[in-house]
Amino acid sequence: MLRLSNVSYTVDGKDILSSIDLTIEAGESVVITGHNGSGKSTLIKIIMGIITPTSGNIYLNGEDITDLPIYERAKRGLTIAFQQPVKFKGLTVKNLIDTATSHSNNVSDVCDYLSKVGLCAKNYIDRELDDTLSGGELKRIEIAMAMAKGGEVYLFDEPEAGIDLWSFEELTSVFDALGDKTRVIVSHQEKVIATADRIVVLSQGKVDRVGETSEIMKSLYVSRTCARLGGDK
Amino acid sequence: MIKDIDKGLLSLITDYHSQDAEAFNIRKDGESIDRRSSKKITISPKAKKNGIDIRIKKGTKGQVHIPVILTKSGVEESVYNDFYIQAGADVVIVAGCGIHNDGDKTSRHDGIHTFYVGKGAKVKYIEKHLGKGTGAGKVLNPVTRVYLREGASMEMETTQLGGVTYSKRDTMAKLDAGATLVIKEKILTEGEEIAKTKFDVVLRGEGASVEVISRSVAKDESYQAFDSLVVGESECFGHVECDAILIGNAVVDSSPRIKARNVDATLVHEAAIGKIAGEQLTKLMTLGLNESEAEDLIIKGFLS
Ligand SMILES: Nc1ncnc2c1ncn2[C@@H]1O[C@H](COP(=O)(O)OP(=O)(O)OP(=O)(O)O)[C@@H](O)[C@H]1O
Ligand SMILES: [Mg+2]
Repeated sequence: MLRLSNVSYTVDGKDILSSIDLTIEAGESVVITGHNGSGKSTLIKIIMGIITPTSGNIYLNGEDITDLPIYERAKRGLTIAFQQPVKFKGLTVKNLIDTATSHSNNVSDVCDYLSKVGLCAKNYIDRELDDTLSGGELKRIEIAMAMAKGGEVYLFDEPEAGIDLWSFEELTSVFDALGDKTRVIVSHQEKVIATADRIVVLSQGKVDRVGETSEIMKSLYVSRTCARLGGDK
Repeated sequence: MIKDIDKGLLSLITDYHSQDAEAFNIRKDGESIDRRSSKKITISPKAKKNGIDIRIKKGTKGQVHIPVILTKSGVEESVYNDFYIQAGADVVIVAGCGIHNDGDKTSRHDGIHTFYVGKGAKVKYIEKHLGKGTGAGKVLNPVTRVYLREGASMEMETTQLGGVTYSKRDTMAKLDAGATLVIKEKILTEGEEIAKTKFDVVLRGEGASVEVISRSVAKDESYQAFDSLVVGESECFGHVECDAILIGNAVVDSSPRIKARNVDATLVHEAAIGKIAGEQLTKLMTLGLNESEAEDLIIKGFLS
């Protein structure tokens, strides 16, 4: 179980996140959605330890992990795929998959991870993670790294971004393959949102709504229509 | 004969036994301790100064190894090696110097190498420099002069990954028409080491091209200077890329210069100095590495 208690984050007097309380049960699939700049990536990074909250606490299976460094959280089963993949001069796809699994993999193992995200391993295994890879390829490799690392709680930040031509079934099958693992997915995409058990809507750094997917999907649709018609939600 | 202890140091320079190469010269503490020539590659000592002449006949394909080791503290030497590589030859030359110094005196090796590369000949030149032992003075000052005739090509790979307290590398090349030169340099300095590199390349003939790729990591209190000049005197192509990673309080100076003396010369220079990108460290930490493991992996990749 992952629990955020009264988490706030302020930069230069600006409240990026305010008093977030959120509990995610083990095995649950939760989608976080909301406007650009509403604080979704910040929240995910706070859970992973990449950003330190100004106040509040984060608990993983009852343990207060607020002060734990990133790699300790990684070892406790938190796994993240970034919104914007990181490039590395000189490190290959295999180097990073090996790092993720913390052992050296043979070609067929790497192949398995890459084929899950729709890449043909032999073309990519020795490629460097640099500018020569396309945005969509980098994004798929980012997801493959998360799968290779494994874990108990997966954090995906806009996994669909940049992979337009990739059928969403392929993407959702990646999530399905996680079975009973907990997942927190930041997404704007209806098909991805629809896979969740629950939806959290962030608005200006606050939890605007939380609820069952069917219920929130309806209200998302209504508020969008209202916005288009110029009315209130 | 070569002692086991020397074999260790030698293998760090040449990766495998130099005596397996068809021609070789092994120099230790100021003198040549083993040498072999072949029919097509002759190695002969110079009469009036330290060093050897390496003559490679027309069309020869093969390997030459000329590693140097210094194992006694306080040995200081300048060695002049000249390579005469005739037209059409295709050779790999492995050189370099390993210093093991546990004493308080300075050990220094200045290798001055001159390459006369004939028409259409191909040379791969691999040079590794390293220092071992607790002694404070491990100094290497390699000088490389390269003359490439029409259509000749040379690829130079130089590596110095720590342990050398002071080095000053001076490389100069002149390229005739259609000649190509590729220089790949990797340097890592730590502690209070100092490494200076200077490249001076003149593209004289039409269609000549040079590519310099320098990757360096400067750690702790170390200092590195990178100074390069590419002059294009004809329709030619020059590309210099120099990337440096800074860690701790290290200092790097990079002064790239390109000079076009012909309207059809295309010269490009790219240089970047900076610390390891925070997002790279973060990414690797999310995969379970601690900060210093992440740093090591990034450096290893960068210098690979
Ligand atoms: N270090 C910072 N300094 C100033 N503003 C910041 C900082 N970090 C985040 N912000 C701001 O906080 C807000 C939330 O950013 P965040 O990246 O979490 O948004 P998001 O919901 O993920 O948006 P998107 O849908 O565009 O990915 C943005 O307005 C952003 O500009
Ligand atoms: Mg975001």
